[in-house]
Amino acid sequence: MSVTAQAAAPRRLARSRFTFDRLEVLGPLFIIPAILYVVVLVGLPFLLALYYSVSAYSIFNPSYTFVGLKNFREVIDSEIFRRTLANTLIFTISAQIIGLLLGKIGAMLLMQEFPGRRLARALIVLPWAVPVSLATLAWVWMFDSLYSVINWTLLAAGLIDPAHRPQWLGQEDLAMIAVATVHAWRLFPFGVVIFLAGFTSVPQDVLDAATIDGAGFWRRNYQIILPIIAPIIMIAVIFGTVFTFTDLSVVYLLTKGGPINSTQVLGSLAFQVGILSGDVAHGAAICLFLFPFLLVAVILLLRSLRRREI
Amino acid sequence: MAAVVVKDLRKVFGDVAALDGVSLSVRDGEFLVLLGPSGCGKTTFLRIIAGLERQTSGDLLINDEIVNDITPRARGVAMVFQSYGLYPHLTVANNIAFPLRTQGTPRPDIKRKVDWAAGLLGIDHLLHRHPRQLSGGERQRVALARALVRNPTVFLLDEPLSNLDAKLRASARSELKQFQQKVGTTTIYVTHDQVEAMGMGDRIAVIDHGKLRQVGTPSEIYDHPADDFVASFLGTPPMNLVEHNDGLLGFRPEHFLPREMLDGAALSELPFRIDRMEYLGSERILYGALDGFQAKREITAKLPAHVPLSGIRAGEWHKFAVRNAELRYFDRDGRRIVSPKEQAR
Repeated sequence: MSVTAQAAAPRRLARSRFTFDRLEVLGPLFIIPAILYVVVLVGLPFLLALYYSVSAYSIFNPSYTFVGLKNFREVIDSEIFRRTLANTLIFTISAQIIGLLLGKIGAMLLMQEFPGRRLARALIVLPWAVPVSLATLAWVWMFDSLYSVINWTLLAAGLIDPAHRPQWLGQEDLAMIAVATVHAWRLFPFGVVIFLAGFTSVPQDVLDAATIDGAGFWRRNYQIILPIIAPIIMIAVIFGTVFTFTDLSVVYLLTKGGPINSTQVLGSLAFQVGILSGDVAHGAAICLFLFPFLLVAVILLLRSLRRREI
Repeated sequence: MAAVVVKDLRKVFGDVAALDGVSLSVRDGEFLVLLGPSGCGKTTFLRIIAGLERQTSGDLLINDEIVNDITPRARGVAMVFQSYGLYPHLTVANNIAFPLRTQGTPRPDIKRKVDWAAGLLGIDHLLHRHPRQLSGGERQRVALARALVRNPTVFLLDEPLSNLDAKLRASARSELKQFQQKVGTTTIYVTHDQVEAMGMGDRIAVIDHGKLRQVGTPSEIYDHPADDFVASFLGTPPMNLVEHNDGLLGFRPEHFLPREMLDGAALSELPFRIDRMEYLGSERILYGALDGFQAKREITAKLPAHVPLSGIRAGEWHKFAVRNAELRYFDRDGRRIVSPKEQAR
């Protein structure tokens, strides 16, 4: 009897115990850090840059006088800026192509079975994981005018004339090759990882089917594997482009933009003008030239990505 | 003429023998089913024939030519994979055309052959779709069309029905068989499903642990299993095996019937203790034990459901019997002993 009496009033479970099971609580909780990050560290600086770029602000004369597009006009008119813009494009495109191409080859090698493959796969990430300043310092020595191991090797191999050893960081053409090489070297592990992920995502059945259908190495690669992993590579290209286009560390650490601005890129120029020289307004204007380029690149790539999926 | 012959084929992975000396010849135009539990080496066998793997030793002949070191594309075999292996970025038409393109077939011929294969499999209306827009059954047809389109010497099918749902599988089974009879291409079909094997195979090759246990027509395999493995692998439930005179005695559940249902002929009476019964609609499975016999597994009897169960109740003994002609004997190692009477036949 007492049992039936109790059953008549079912116990209500404490709601508070399951607060975090509720989507309307948990969802915002998870998204807030991301929103904060974007607003504080991306949104605010961007708005500040917009603001500075149309003012006459410098650290010596912190005036917020509105000057319209004067800063932009002056920047575009400057010889250095135009050279920098071209450098940035060359730097980005060549580092991208070399890095991803080597990444693809590296990934193909790492797909093969060989003793020590796991170790090799682990070591390949190093250029990506090592702090850029440390890694670039090592490269500075490798490119050094007197102590360059690259030159020593070339000399020993009889490929260069001791009287005319290349000044990797001192000649305009070679300096660009040097910075692009170092950046490609940094992108390489990223390319390897992306291509490895792509290759392993292609079903073995599909590859076997292609083999039986008579596709050789090249046809399998360019008519089957690459189109299948294209969306993954697109992401690598977007990421790599943004990463390279905005990078100033390699250039700054290796050449500081020299010689004679031959390796100056948008990032390093903006840093030099805006921070080192204190001309915040012109620095901000230079920086903002990154924006349309990146916007166009990302839109183009995202569109091609979506076309792939349909 | 034999389309495919393998001689003492061995394949070793590390220290595991996936195939341990298999010899088999597949006749021209035949539908041969390789049947075995998972991990028995049947897929490895198929991949060696296709040229996707190289055997450790032994010879492989296709159309009387040794093809041990011939590349897959030169062997003229076509393969349909378990998950079909369709190219996800190509339309159905381009999927089917792919093997022709690799051969450098002229463009008008490609179009003609693709249309022909698509028509034969009833997928003409799907030619412009991508694989992901197709159902499982449609994908399977595309895979078949792609295999068919270049007139292969041999079709290799690796469990092509296992990704279909049960209902579709039954209809796909008979369609596939009809299709094979129509094109008349030698076919090697790998499966672990005995229903597929029995229903489709001209002959069945039973493989276990990399060894060929028996090759024969479905009725040979079912009625005259060569050893205790084949006997217990086929049939649901499988053959009853009990210890008998230093060997094994076997009989199929459907031949193990209440004594009163059998008349005439020579019988062996076996008292059967029924432990439980399963009603399956068209039949009843009775589980239990025999008096005086040691069995490896529970003894089962399969009765048509329309037979009245007079006096048969769970937990009670009932007099059951098997016709002597249906008894099978195996020696201590499980190999079939052929009775003198059978040999005379």
